[in-house]
Amino acid sequence: MKHLLSIDDLSVDEITTIFETAAEMHDVQHREVKKLPALRGRTVINMFFEDSTRTRSSFEIAGKWLSADVINISAKGSSASKGESLRDTVLTVCAMGVDGLVIRHPASGAARQVSQWVDAIVVNAGDGMHEHPTQALLDAYTLQRRLGSLEGRRVAIVGDLTHSRVFRSNLQCLTKLGADVTVVAPPTLMPSGIEPWSRAAGFATSYDLDEVLPKADAVMMLRVQRERMAGGYFPSAREYTVGYGLTKERLAQLQPDAPICHPGPMNRGLEIAADAADAAQSAVLDQVSAGVAVRMSVLYHLLAGEETAS
Amino acid sequence: MPAAQADPARPDPTPDEGRTVLDARDVSRALTRIAHEILERNKGADDLLLLGVHTRGVPLARRIAERIHSVEGHRVGVGSLDVTMYRDDLRSHPTRGPQRTDIPATGIDGKVVVLVDDVLFSGRTVRAALDAVSDLGRPAAVRLAVLVDRGHRELPIRADHVGKNLPSARTERVGVLLEEIDGYDEVRISGVGGPA
Repeated sequence: MKHLLSIDDLSVDEITTIFETAAEMHDVQHREVKKLPALRGRTVINMFFEDSTRTRSSFEIAGKWLSADVINISAKGSSASKGESLRDTVLTVCAMGVDGLVIRHPASGAARQVSQWVDAIVVNAGDGMHEHPTQALLDAYTLQRRLGSLEGRRVAIVGDLTHSRVFRSNLQCLTKLGADVTVVAPPTLMPSGIEPWSRAAGFATSYDLDEVLPKADAVMMLRVQRERMAGGYFPSAREYTVGYGLTKERLAQLQPDAPICHPGPMNRGLEIAADAADAAQSAVLDQVSAGVAVRMSVLYHLLAGEETAS
Repeated sequence: MPAAQADPARPDPTPDEGRTVLDARDVSRALTRIAHEILERNKGADDLLLLGVHTRGVPLARRIAERIHSVEGHRVGVGSLDVTMYRDDLRSHPTRGPQRTDIPATGIDGKVVVLVDDVLFSGRTVRAALDAVSDLGRPAAVRLAVLVDRGHRELPIRADHVGKNLPSARTERVGVLLEEIDGYDEVRISGVGGPA
């Protein structure tokens, strides 16, 4: 693997390797010296053309713990805000001698496009409504650590599916690892063409959260992405919560050891109640710490070894 | 070598496999001697921590710990150390996933750490292991025990305890086979020329 652009590009073996390395990286978080020398002398740039707290800081920590030099560029305050094209920004940065580019961009396919322009390795940290592969890897890694194996386990993905790159990447990753995925959303937030897609990819769809929840081995709540919603996808926040939020009442229906995931940032009280977010079975903070380990693993595998012909 | 018949798990050697340098009993004797040497040098088993370097140093460290236990009646700490991240040749190979680094809960601060590996050659693995150890804590001392020292050092590193000094040509291959991994114990040396 030369870049990480999509879960689709990864084989099950590659995912397993990433997880095994991540498990070793996880231990570094508990050490006094949180530093491995594997990427010494390599430079990674985080280019974030969209707001982000956890993904960007997680990639930054991951790079730094592997001893890479990490530089952050965000759209605000860079020449992108002066009208420079993505291609020019990327080529400019790479001309400085960068080995790795971690890129988040509002346009779907941006990371793949960038990977065709540059020699550096490219990691997709979220491209529009398309994919967010490292999030899917860390979610699957977290669930695998909690559940043992994902083979045959029932995972419910609930919420704003239409606008969610996390959903698209997670769906691919979880089904690849053998999980039995059911996606739940109000009809307005169910992506168009979901029926043929679900038949082809082998997952189930439902509009009834109360029916799906008690049977789930794990539940993954998605953020309602108001910034991507131009019109009214649901009448009111209250109505969304009643139909599709993980409320205190629904928490009681869930198996007591079924992990609850949320990619963050959470809209507490909208898609997830505070009782669920802070429940003992919540995996939200595990996801964050797994995020660093999984991203260390990805950067290590992409950047540490010998140069592969591009 | 007639000793080979002692172990049914051991396949018949083919001519290109080179010759046996240590058979199972030689390996066993060498490890027993190393265990005694470690105890003698340390004046007992106090504060000892054996760290096996992946892959074959790990079972060797366990075996030495067993021998120390049977001599002193004292369980010494055993752990494993992966040095992949610390290697200086990471950039010249395809990436390899790291293996488990497992340090006993007592930590390594103030301990006498004995690094255990199968073959000492260029010294680069030991250099990496020393860096890995210093990121994990501050031992009172670090020593090195190896089953085979084959020479050709590229760094100023020497072993404190050696099972067998094995003069070799740089192009020759020294293979350590251990029961835990390979099904039987043996040390072989072979030319790199392949089948004659």
